[in-house]
Amino acid sequence: MLTAGPALAGDPAITEMQPWRRDLGDPIDDAPYGLPSPFESDVVRRRVEWLTPDAYTAINFTPLHELDGIITPNGLCFQRSHAGAAQVDPAKYRLMINGLVDRPLVFTLQDLLRFPRENRTYFLECAANSGMEWRGVQMDGVQFTHGMIHNVEYTGVPLRYLLDEAGVKAAGKWLLAEGSDAAAMSRSIPLEKALEDCLVAFKMNGEALRPEQGYPVRLVVPGWEGNMWVKWLRRIEVGDKPWHHREESSKYSDLMADGRTRRFTWEMDAKSVITSPSPQAPVLHGKGPLVVSGLAWSGRGSIPQVDITLDGGINWVKARLSGPSFDKSLHRFYYEFDWDGRPLLLQSRAHDSTGYVQPTKDALRKLRGVNSNYHNNGIQTWHLKSDGRVENVEVS
Amino acid sequence: MSRFPSLLAALCFALPVTAEPLGLGRVAEPDEIAAWDIDVRPDGLGLPAGSGSVMQGEEVFIEKCAVCHGDFAEGVGRYPALAGGLGTLQDERPMRTIGSFWPFLSTAYDFINRAMTVGYGEPASDDEIYAILAYLLYSNDLVDEDFVLSRENFTSIHLPNEGGFYMDDRAQTELPLFTHDACMSDCKTDVEITARVPNSQ
Ligand code: HEC
Repeated sequence: MLTAGPALAGDPAITEMQPWRRDLGDPIDDAPYGLPSPFESDVVRRRVEWLTPDAYTAINFTPLHELDGIITPNGLCFQRSHAGAAQVDPAKYRLMINGLVDRPLVFTLQDLLRFPRENRTYFLECAANSGMEWRGVQMDGVQFTHGMIHNVEYTGVPLRYLLDEAGVKAAGKWLLAEGSDAAAMSRSIPLEKALEDCLVAFKMNGEALRPEQGYPVRLVVPGWEGNMWVKWLRRIEVGDKPWHHREESSKYSDLMADGRTRRFTWEMDAKSVITSPSPQAPVLHGKGPLVVSGLAWSGRGSIPQVDITLDGGINWVKARLSGPSFDKSLHRFYYEFDWDGRPLLLQSRAHDSTGYVQPTKDALRKLRGVNSNYHNNGIQTWHLKSDGRVENVEVS
Repeated sequence: MSRFPSLLAALCFALPVTAEPLGLGRVAEPDEIAAWDIDVRPDGLGLPAGSGSVMQGEEVFIEKCAVCHGDFAEGVGRYPALAGGLGTLQDERPMRTIGSFWPFLSTAYDFINRAMTVGYGEPASDDEIYAILAYLLYSNDLVDEDFVLSRENFTSIHLPNEGGFYMDDRAQTELPLFTHDACMSDCKTDVEITARVPNSQ
């Protein structure tokens, strides 16, 4: 008890004086770079150790079940590196453009800041997102089934401006984007895509890129698989053919049931998932008003409609979209209803602006088999039980 | 004329149709390009001069690579195997290695040089990389033990799965199937749970 005298009836959170009401708070200098409340210490990226050999070629997952709106906070954007997160000195940062160009060029970071800039919001989804679910349900939470995604407002220079500066020769049809880390990540990108909407970005959500996201400069390849968004970007080479490098043949290629393999599967198909309730976000309040919240996105455009089912796909209703609707960006949806406490089979289904409707996992397996590792955009089912717990299931 | 996109164009999200160069950046020196332009293509573009034999490769591989990839390139722990798996691509558990899956040998030259002679790996000369590749071809039963790989014979080597890759065809095989009006009510008669997370109740 903080005060002497008779205990008052009612909620002690109200009737008793709390320390934050009684005492001065933290001094303003305590956190020159602000941090989340200590009560939010569970809201972190998490790694699944068995997925990769070690902690340098590794991936962790965005805690989607704890987030709302469409923007992913910088410190929670999932990270994937193939040789650790490089710490690049911006004073020694150089971007080279060479190959089939009139003038091979070198830019410093300061040079890049003198080009006209654009601000655009895009999702970045790893091609392997939901890949562990190809053979059946495996991961116990939306962070792990769908957390290889983030959505960020980038500030950057259209790659097109830099290519114009170097002058692409007529024979130039492909680009090789290359990183400066110990993996020197390299991917072939068709020139049309670079001219259409790629950015050479130096800011994420208003501040400098985080080291694990490619500081000081990364490539932004809107709507296409995350591996192509080369981090710590050091070089763009213009060529007349693709390079068929390791990350577009050994990896990031899709093995079909017939033993043949799709290559250059760049676009991310339309997809959605309910982020709450979900296994890590059970319903703790019992029956009554319940908010279903989730995310939808498409690598081919925007999301005009998301449908929700409570009965595993017998009947569907339209969810409510809230927040900005940008091309190739996450969209936030909600569905509010009165839960009677019965078990539910929750699913969401995205429609994108091309008319594509998110398929079931079984429909994808019928076409691709279960060994393609990548590009699993099938409908996710959550089983909400009467006690409010949620499990990852598949349904007939 | 302004060199910058007009405010209106920026608002409309359009980029200038013909941008005039701003004169930013500087010309890259030949030595600078040589230092960074390390990529190798299937047609041999980018391959340096050099050669190496299976025997030499075995020695280098055991010294520099085997701690993670195994003496016979079979993989150690969760580090990847680089040999084996031929004929498994339609199996329930396919094994994807340089021998069984990769379409081009140039990919292996490029990757080993860019990522396995720094970071995880150790410095290796051009001759040593040719030798390692000769040894990896041998470990995959694709050449005899007296084989020597060089820039000259490089593009005559074809990996078994070169023809197994094809360009993304989702636009023909999937988009038409999944572009349709969606059923909103009475879409099926009953629903059952068919799979759960292993070890959960
Ligand atoms: C310290 C451990 C380590 C050493 C030593 C090492 N590697 Fe690796 N290697 C790895 C890891 C980890 C990967 C996967 C990297 C990734 O995820 O991008 C890999 C990947 C590879 C791959 C691609 C495999 C695939 O299927 O895509 C090849 C080829 C390779 N290494 C060759 C070599 C060679 C040749 C050497 C010796 C010069 C070597 N490695 C030394 C750890 C090592």
